[in-house]
Formats: sequence, structure tokens, C-alpha cells
Amino acid sequence: MKVLVPVKRVVDYNVKVRVKPDRTGVDLNNVKMSVNPFCEIAIEEAVRMKEAGKATEVVAVAVGSTACQEQLRTCLALGADRAVLIQTDLDVQPLGIARALAALQAREQAQVVIFGKQSIDGDNSQTGQMFAALTGMPQACFASKVTVEADHLQVTREIDGGLQTIDVKLPAVVTTDLRLNEPRYASLPNIMKAKKKPLDVVTPEDLGVDVTPTVKVLSVEPPAERKGGIKVESVDALVDKLKNEAKVI
Amino acid sequence: MSILVVAEHDNSELKPATRVAIAAAAKIGGDVDVLVAGANCASVAQAAAAVPGVRKVLQADNAAYAHNLAENLALLVAELGKQYGHVLAAHTTHGRNFLPRVAALLGVAQISDIVEVVSADTFKRPIYAGNAIATVQSSDAIKVVSVRGTAYDPVAATGGSAAVEAVASAHDAGLSTFVKEEIVKSERPELTAARVVISGGRGMQNGDNFKLLEGIADKLGAAIGASRAAVDAGFVPNDMQVGQTGKIVAPDLYIAVGISGAIQHLAGMKDSKVIVAINKDEDAPIFQVADYGLVADLFQALPEFEAKL
Repeated sequence: MKVLVPVKRVVDYNVKVRVKPDRTGVDLNNVKMSVNPFCEIAIEEAVRMKEAGKATEVVAVAVGSTACQEQLRTCLALGADRAVLIQTDLDVQPLGIARALAALQAREQAQVVIFGKQSIDGDNSQTGQMFAALTGMPQACFASKVTVEADHLQVTREIDGGLQTIDVKLPAVVTTDLRLNEPRYASLPNIMKAKKKPLDVVTPEDLGVDVTPTVKVLSVEPPAERKGGIKVESVDALVDKLKNEAKVI
Repeated sequence: MSILVVAEHDNSELKPATRVAIAAAAKIGGDVDVLVAGANCASVAQAAAAVPGVRKVLQADNAAYAHNLAENLALLVAELGKQYGHVLAAHTTHGRNFLPRVAALLGVAQISDIVEVVSADTFKRPIYAGNAIATVQSSDAIKVVSVRGTAYDPVAATGGSAAVEAVASAHDAGLSTFVKEEIVKSERPELTAARVVISGGRGMQNGDNFKLLEGIADKLGAAIGASRAAVDAGFVPNDMQVGQTGKIVAPDLYIAVGISGAIQHLAGMKDSKVIVAINKDEDAPIFQVADYGLVADLFQALPEFEAKL
């Protein structure tokens, strides 16, 4: 069973992003870039499937600039067997990414495709679901537990108010939620080994897909600042303020 | 052009997030129809028909729609959505699940998690965990949009009298099956709908200590939330998480206890009307957004707070 894991290169989650003065976007110059945290969970899940003897091959794929090779190497160090970069310098959006990945899937014929539930830059939470629609696969989104059965997956999903368990026929799409697993760190020997693992580069044109975005970003602004208030000395003072000043209790 | 709002419900009650999406639809302008897809969901269709400003309610009542399976629901919404200029849903785990599938079936982009309608094709939405607000414009023929639960006040629940039309279309993709659902039964209000929310963070030290929040929550009629750190540490389940990767809340009163105030948490609660922070670290970033900060050991402050309410 082959597992495909699409990953995204994003600003590292520890970086405090700043809006550019000209309001065209956020400043990405000299900022640390990493594998999107939810995609790391996806890689970890795929590698665990291989370690458990359920999966035979784990393929990491990214859609973006040539710089994404850095994140694909990280995935290889974490245990992916090989990687594919669908290279484009366009500022691709979820539908374009999903189309490119669907075209790659037509070649790869993976049985399970694991996405992160959202990226921490665009916060769209769309790509996995769109890919599932384009390939006609079922989707198990926001997964907190995945069990591989003979011809289906049983997936527990995080939903508002609790958990839902569904069965999805293979081939299937999974998107990862926070508690699915705790990703490992890449060891130094594995980082060295990753340098020798295969990383293929293709273009959207090679795959015969158009990834041109249809949503235009008109401007990017910093959020409205919230002013800090006051410190109160005691619980009594707090209760008094809430009752008599804010009038919320 | 008219607008289709896809209702969120559990086959008995219409969720308030739907009325927020209807409020956003009213800002866009045009006739608003509401789709209620479910099984034995007539009471939900009636509730939707009572919402002011709704032109008609489309009720698709079929076993295939009983459990909100995205594969079946998306086929239905994509089929109906072709006749509309906009397709809207709440940006809840339900909306996030099926709506992108609809957009892809229609061959259009989706605009996720909008916080403001600027015009019929232009919307504001947070990116980078709320650290930036993007104004985006869609050139697609059909705009597929998910609406943040705090974007607008929900429209009233009653006062309207729309007609309910049955939709015969039954789509069973045969790709997925429902196994079970474990919904946490609670006497307390739902996090995203509560007037008061009290949340605990890593400072709570363990799951048992969340009991300290319960007495206060009972007195205030509050929902109990948690920071991602508390969820990551295994203190409480993920559905309690407030933050960019959890729930977005905007109650009248938000009380953050033992929460340092990471960006990702602030993104989920900074639109609250009044914020209280209780933390023993006086330099914690949470104090920068709190209206009232109390520098104190939460294990002393919480019992005292509860006693004095």
C-alpha cells in the first residue's frame, strides 16, 4: 500500500509574522521556514503505517517554488521513502494545488493520501477536501485516530462537541488533527541518509494542469490592536470591576 | 443573484452558526435560500423557515444525509449550488469538512473563514493565525464562502415565514459509512455560543485541576475552554480548545486562567468583549490584551473567586 503525503512549506510556527508596510502581504524575507505542523503529523502517521507493516512506500510531495526541496528533505529525514516537487513560482491556492496533486495521484495511484487539516499561513483548510472531490475519493477530515483495514480505513474525527467515527473505502483521503500523533524529530543519521533519497521535480505543465489562482489578494492589513487594560490587586477588586464597571456578571 | 446557505443541524435543532451565515448572506444582498439536508429533519426546516429574511427553505430529507457525510452532502450542494451566485456555510468543523468538496466539484475556489463582507465578490479573512487580515476578491462565477461564527451577530431565530420545498435529489456516493458519534453531553452552554467562557491553560498543571473552573462556570453559566498547551499536555480533550486551530469564540466575558497568551490562543478569543486574565507570571503576554489582569496563584485565586461570585 502506497501512502502519499502532500506537505506545505510555511513560516515556522514560532515566527511572529509582520505585515509589509505596503500592505501587499506579510514579510517573508529572512524568516525561518518549516514543514507545516499539521503536515508533519501527516508524515508521522504515514511513517507509522509503514513501520506497522501496513504501508509499503511513503511519498512526500510539495507544490511550490524550488525552495520547497528543503522541506521535502525534512520529510525524507522523518522517514518518507522518496519525494516529488511540483515546481511553480505562482502563489498557488488550494484549488490549483489540489488539481496538481490529483494529476500526480493519477500517476502514483496511492491508496491513502494524508494531508494536514490546514496550513498555518493561509488557514484555509481546503486542499485535502478539494483533492478528494477531484479524485472521487472519500475523505476523513480532522482525524484523531486512523485504523487501516483490508479495504477501508476506520477514522475517528474531531468534530464540534465530540468525536465521530466513520469508515471510508480505499483509496481514501485523511486530514490530520492535532492529537493524531506526536511527530518524531529527525536524527542526524537520518538527515544524512535523506540527502541520498530520490527527489523528483515535475511542473504543473508536465502534469497538464493549470494552477493559476482565481482569488486575488487586494490588501493585507495588521489586525486591529486590542488595548491592554488594568491590573487589579485582588479577587475582590476583580469581582467589583466585573460587576460594577464592565457589568458582565 | 441569489444565495444558498447550507444549514448546520443535528436533525432536530438548527445551529446558531447558520444564522450567522444568513447574516453574512444579508450583507452580500439578494434572495437567501436555506438548504436543510438531513434525515427526518422537518423540525430543522421549520426552524429555518422562521428565520427572517429567508426566501425559501429547501428540505432534502433522505437517509444518505443523516450523518453529514461530506461525500453525499457535497454532491447535493454542488447540484443545487449551480443555480446560485453564492454558496455559504458556517466555518465550523461541519462546514470546513464538506464545503471545499462542493467548491472543487463546482470547479471554483473557496473563500474560508470570512470575518467581513466587503462586497458581493470581496471579503476579509484572517490569515497567519489572525496576525494579518487579507482582503480578497474572487473572480469565480459562483462564490463559495465559509463564515466565521463571530463575524456577525446571528439574525433572529423567529419572525419569518418562508415556504419549505422538498428536494427529491438523493445522492449516496457509497464511499463512506457512519459508525458512531460520541458527543459530550454537558449541562453547560456550547463554547462558541456561550455568553461567558472560562479557559484553563498549562498553568492548570493537570486535568483534575480543571474542576476548579467548574464551580465558577456553574455560577456564571459559562462554557469551559482550554488553550492548545493544555490540550497538547493531555489535560482535556481537543474539542475544548480555543484558538486558531480550535474554536473561535467572542463571548461577553472571557476568563483566561493559567494561560500565557500565545498568538495562536489570542487568535481564538481576542474579539471577546471583556477579557480577564489570571496568571502568576506578571509578564505573561495575556495581560497585554486583558481588560482586567490579576497576578495571582490560580490555586488560591480560583476558590476565592468562586466563593465571592
